[in-house]
Amino acid sequence: MSRQVERAAPPQLDRADVRVKHEAGLSGSIRAFVDRVRSGDLGSLPVIVGLVIIWTVFASINPIFLSSSNLVNLLFDSSTVGVIALGIVCVLMVGEIDLSVGSISGFASALVGTLWVNQGWPVALAILAAVAVGGFIGALYALLFNRLGMPSFVSTLAGLLAVLGLQLYILGSTGSINLPYGSNLVNFGQLLVMPKFVSFGLAAVPGIVMLITGLRTVARRRAANLSAPSTGGIVTRAVAITIVLELIVFYLNQARGIPWMFGLFVGLVIAMHYALTRTKWGRSMSAVGGNREAARRAGINVRLIYSSAFVLCSMLAAFGGVLSAARLASASQQAGTGDVNLNAIAAAVIGGTSLFGGRGSAYSALLGIIVIQSIASGLTLLDLSSSLRYMITGAVLAIAVIVDSLARRSRVSHGRA
Amino acid sequence: MIDTPDEPVPTGELVLSLRGISKNFGAVSALTDIDLDVHAGEVVALVGDNGAGKSTLVKILAGVHQPSSGTISYRGRQVTLADPSAALTLGIATVFQDLALCENLDIVANIFLGRELNPLRLDEVAMEVRAWTLLNELSARIPSVREVVASLSGGQRQTVAIARSLLLEPKLILLDEPTAALGVAQTAEVLNLIERVRDRGLGVVIISHNMEDVRAVADRIVVLRLGRNNGIFTPDASNQELVSAITGASNNSVSRRAERRQARQDQTQEPRP
Repeated sequence: MSRQVERAAPPQLDRADVRVKHEAGLSGSIRAFVDRVRSGDLGSLPVIVGLVIIWTVFASINPIFLSSSNLVNLLFDSSTVGVIALGIVCVLMVGEIDLSVGSISGFASALVGTLWVNQGWPVALAILAAVAVGGFIGALYALLFNRLGMPSFVSTLAGLLAVLGLQLYILGSTGSINLPYGSNLVNFGQLLVMPKFVSFGLAAVPGIVMLITGLRTVARRRAANLSAPSTGGIVTRAVAITIVLELIVFYLNQARGIPWMFGLFVGLVIAMHYALTRTKWGRSMSAVGGNREAARRAGINVRLIYSSAFVLCSMLAAFGGVLSAARLASASQQAGTGDVNLNAIAAAVIGGTSLFGGRGSAYSALLGIIVIQSIASGLTLLDLSSSLRYMITGAVLAIAVIVDSLARRSRVSHGRA
Repeated sequence: MIDTPDEPVPTGELVLSLRGISKNFGAVSALTDIDLDVHAGEVVALVGDNGAGKSTLVKILAGVHQPSSGTISYRGRQVTLADPSAALTLGIATVFQDLALCENLDIVANIFLGRELNPLRLDEVAMEVRAWTLLNELSARIPSVREVVASLSGGQRQTVAIARSLLLEPKLILLDEPTAALGVAQTAEVLNLIERVRDRGLGVVIISHNMEDVRAVADRIVVLRLGRNNGIFTPDASNQELVSAITGASNNSVSRRAERRQARQDQTQEPRP
């Protein structure tokens, strides 16, 4: 293999410049990774380090924390707010914010309760209606932003109150609607887990996909006379990720197993990751978040991109609200209030999506919400009051934003901002 | 490029014709009654002092600003350039003075921004190959096309912006200060490129403060002064003529030196008694 490369007389298209160091092989990839981190391009490193610290601390105080049954519960809880955080990633990508996701999720759960339980609609139709109403609210924000130039910070703050009012209005004097136990929706939110063979099978999928697409990319790049990553590196990474995922699944299968709801959340995350990184829409989102005027001059329909971000965010918030109604088996006046809003935003930011726009990843919703829920779950196990929980979650959010700002400063000084 | 015929424009055809273009920003009239013609296979240099309205005119042609009045004809048809994508679709590519690049995206993403190959499953390999081809045509000194634009120097960014304008095989290229941040080799390469583009039958409008560059490539020099047309010159017009058209003053250091030189020449040429 290496002999062939040496004999290739014309330099590869992207290796003609002698001034650039190119790392090759496994050790090279590790060196490149260290260099990237040192220059402030942290990726998901801080959140993984943070997660290890948090888990170590809680596990040393109360070993139950890391028990598989507690972790399974944690995954159930993560899925609902996680879906909302995924929407937040969308608006943060274009450098905007939606402060009303909590209210929208509460309103959506109230809608499902009213339409399904009180009005007798089919449950699927009620969910669709709730998500569609969410999308409509997002379209309204987009209209205010695009046509009237209203900052999203203000319009969604107004929306927070207005939608909360709607939620209280349709719940009426009863104040809460119980969703019937034993219904498919409540089972999905509370009980349904994957059969063991399905979970093991699904855990093998990412590794296989990485291997196939990786090898295909290598072949295509070689054919196009571009440098290609080493085959060994791709195989190593695919094998490593498969082993890690299978171990996690094996451990969780000691208890109830992987919730289907979490599977749905991860599926949404992967779909969003693909859309953000591999489609024209995702490229346009990053461009609008990075430099709005440049994106406009490149012929991108900037308004459409903003609209898609707001609508998608509100729809995901509504869907997350439906999931949390299923999780709690009720639609109440409390749904979506309290810390839901900030947890969703904090999850996206802690996971590594920048508040300044143009930088983020769908996986930050997944990683961030696991951090947030770990803190919540750990503090609940310690029997601490919610006052302390709020304080600690607030501190973690502050630390995450500080890390984001410091990394940004370091990127600027290393010419990577 | 949807409704325009794709065969090359015959040389000499009128590609772009502006009549009576005015642009007001509030009380300020940035452009008043501008006329401008660009033919296929012709390089038109737009010169003028700071604030003469050159960049505003380019932005109107790029669809960034809309004129307050006046008509734009493109290849014989009257057009309205409502937004940048309308101009791009017609085949008018622009290199803006501020380059308009997204610093958070890499070079390939910037070159293909808004024109990605295979929108639902981006074809990164084909885009990277095309990006290298374009950059090599400009003999760019770019280490890696997978670096974000934030890590590039000013000259490298300018090269990327020029490469982007060539991506769509435009019929008309607008270059706003294309050589301002470039080194000697890159400037020469851009000037070569302008000639190559002209020889392919494209119209080129170039804005520059560098009279040497302008003379090197321009077929006509259009002078703007305070938002109005202030004369059209050929490249062999004297520096003195150009400077006085640009500044509006006939008495300045360039004209004084020219007078002194003229006087010396007259003295030496006077037949000795």
